[in-house]
Amino acid sequence: MAAFGSFALIIALALAAYNLFAGGIALRLLAVGGPNSAPARVSPERLAETARRAGIASFAAVSAAAFALIWSVFHNDFSIEYIVEHSNKALPSAYKFAALWSGQEGSLLLWAWLLAGYGFVLRLTHKSDVKLHAYAGTILAAVQTFFLMLLVIKVPPFGGVRGGVIPEDGNGLNPLLQYPEMVIHPPMLYLGYVGFTVPFAFALGALMMRYPGEKWIHITRRWTMFTWLFLTVGIFLGMHWAYAVLGWGGYWGWDPVENASLMPWLTGTAFLHSVMMQEKRGMMKSWNVWLIFSTFLLSILGTLLTRAGLVSSVHAFAQSSIGSWFIAFLVITLAVCIFTYVLQHDHLKSEHRVESVVSREASFLFNNLVLLAACFTILWGTLFPVLSEYIEGTKTTLSGAYYSHIAVPIGVFLLLLTGVGPLLAWRASSLKSLRRNFIVPGAAFVVTALGCLIGGLKPWADEGVFYALMTWALSAAVATAIVSEFVRGAGVLHRQTGKNLAESMLLLIRRGTRRYGGFIVHLGIVIIFIGFAGYAFNKSAESPMAPGDKMQIGPYTLVNLGNTQESNANYDTEFSQLDVYENGKKLQAEPMSPEKRVYLVNGQPQTMVANHSMMRWDLYVVYEGRNADSGLPIIKAFLNPLVMWIWVGLAVVVFGTLVALVPSVSPARVAVLVPAKPGVLPGHATVGTVGGGD
Amino acid sequence: MKRLRRMAFSRFVQAAFVAVLVCFSLGVTDSAGRFNDLGHKMMCTCSCGQVLLECNHVGCTVSGGMRDELTNSIASGQNDSLILQSFVQRYGATVLAAPTTQGFDLLAWIMPFAVSTIALIGTILLVRNWAKNQPKLASAGAVPSNPAEEAMRERIRRETGTD
Repeated sequence: MAAFGSFALIIALALAAYNLFAGGIALRLLAVGGPNSAPARVSPERLAETARRAGIASFAAVSAAAFALIWSVFHNDFSIEYIVEHSNKALPSAYKFAALWSGQEGSLLLWAWLLAGYGFVLRLTHKSDVKLHAYAGTILAAVQTFFLMLLVIKVPPFGGVRGGVIPEDGNGLNPLLQYPEMVIHPPMLYLGYVGFTVPFAFALGALMMRYPGEKWIHITRRWTMFTWLFLTVGIFLGMHWAYAVLGWGGYWGWDPVENASLMPWLTGTAFLHSVMMQEKRGMMKSWNVWLIFSTFLLSILGTLLTRAGLVSSVHAFAQSSIGSWFIAFLVITLAVCIFTYVLQHDHLKSEHRVESVVSREASFLFNNLVLLAACFTILWGTLFPVLSEYIEGTKTTLSGAYYSHIAVPIGVFLLLLTGVGPLLAWRASSLKSLRRNFIVPGAAFVVTALGCLIGGLKPWADEGVFYALMTWALSAAVATAIVSEFVRGAGVLHRQTGKNLAESMLLLIRRGTRRYGGFIVHLGIVIIFIGFAGYAFNKSAESPMAPGDKMQIGPYTLVNLGNTQESNANYDTEFSQLDVYENGKKLQAEPMSPEKRVYLVNGQPQTMVANHSMMRWDLYVVYEGRNADSGLPIIKAFLNPLVMWIWVGLAVVVFGTLVALVPSVSPARVAVLVPAKPGVLPGHATVGTVGGGD
Repeated sequence: MKRLRRMAFSRFVQAAFVAVLVCFSLGVTDSAGRFNDLGHKMMCTCSCGQVLLECNHVGCTVSGGMRDELTNSIASGQNDSLILQSFVQRYGATVLAAPTTQGFDLLAWIMPFAVSTIALIGTILLVRNWAKNQPKLASAGAVPSNPAEEAMRERIRRETGTD
């Protein structure tokens, strides 16, 4: 199977390279050849078609290679070094799948496979615009060729076992990865990273061919949103995994690899917003092109950080010398982008300009600016240790403490813009409309801030509390603004159609899925921010606990029922069973069982947190290990307020994005009732237009 | 009258600023608070990459000793700056969870704000300049600068079914 996999990869490389070169030649011939030019020996259209088919076939070849690796994992083929390093016989089946992306070779194969998959869909749907798809397909083939070259030359996943002696068993999967979410978190993240290649390819292709209008944006809008959705879900699954597995009580550690996933998300989010300006008013064309270029380059940088060990990270599961390959690829891609832009930038001239600082356009611009400022801050923080080591010889550490000083204010400002933007009119907002639109959200802000102060928050005592108060007050304002938009729109429809408010709301959303889906996403972001703000009030308590011992945290009393040790084929485990009481009443029927596992195959430990999640807070209990002197297990309990809101917020974001992906129902097709006018029969059906647009 | 109002507003802003400063200076200074604060300003040096008070490795041989050292330093009456310096001398600069505000490290703090501020001011100036030079449009409805482009955009919207 190893030989089959290697052969499939070589075939895939040959097909992708053919797609790149034949596609490139065909496009060149099409570009230089006019109606009066001499007939070419090879028809460029036919050459482009063979390139497209080669691209489709490359997906089959990469799929075969991926299948060969999965088959080898499931059949414990320890003649392959990768399988020895990342699997073992006792590994549960679900995690054998995870072995595909747990090491460098496998995860690069996954990159290539997903990219080939996206390319497959792109090439099958070429009929919507053959020439633009040919450009995009060729650019995609260039990226594919790079990854396949890496897999064939530098990090072959089917390499034979070192020393030539086939071991009885493998080293097993990293224990941190043996968690259900790890089966879906990396593929989701990769679907996000890889997916941005498609809008990048379309943007670069459209620029190369001086494509008229914004059709490329319309074609890629759903691609971009799907990709953004995958990346969002991937990031949050990673957060949940860190929360449940790492056992330090938090969900975001500002680790370089976490940062690497956030950077393309930020620029991708900026792109999703600013393309609306191009669609609506033909503005920010250069800006959009550079946003999608940056997003793609940051995705590659993310992969470089994850896999090449450029910066030290808890995520650097596998490191090697592929860094120079990635850096070369980044430099070449950037050079191609700059060259194409310089050559064609006159094609990207804006048709309109922002007319007022207080307008929807300006708010989009500021929103983009803040997202990019956040991205720059994170990039700067991530690479600063490398810079300081290079310049000063000492690696400066930048932990969460640094980011909470720098990134939190930017996040709060972004939250403010989330609320302000949709309240502003296109072109310019009058003072009257500003007053009308802002009075209710402004009141919500003041009331919430006062409520927090009366409730006992002391923002002057702690920076974290200050930002929490600001976040909650702003969240109330933004949520009020969003809900007002729904209520106002539904109210108009209710008056027009006579339908009840809930039905009117549904109709409103169906008519403007993109606009109202976007509002739902914003609402989800607000809920997530409310959850983030709870971090300022985390509490913890730690104690060695013998059976019968008690520990108090917040209103809860934890009583240790006993400590147990067990073993199975995969790991040894130690855990405590703790009953939890609140005001003398049991919190839950089953005791909480925080656990510490030590995997037999490699002796690596893993924390299994016991978490009782409520909307108010999470009671999060960790089995830290045994006290060196007394031998008693050390139990650490955290009370983490509002964490559940983060996961609920994510669900709302996913729902909102899915709504925005559904095509709107044309108002012309929805019959609505309007109040009778003189000369019109009562109840006469006519066309309503409420709810459309952005 | 206008000047008087401006002066009153300026006084109000100054008073608010002083009040905020006073409030911030009333921070918690007890030993437990200082331990928590300083413990979050330092990293565990066992190479786990975690903040000292959050290191939870099984059998970590470093964080326990560092925590005891921190407790003793606070008990001996040293100020926060001295405690941090003594940790830096013992464990190296990487023990600090965030860069200092001296030398090259200062750049880590300044750059994000400097870049953001410059970008923000630049954008505001640019937009104001655009707004100033904008030809007066006849009505609130957008007048396409290029009717052919507008027509093309409308056609694309229709053909691709996007709203």
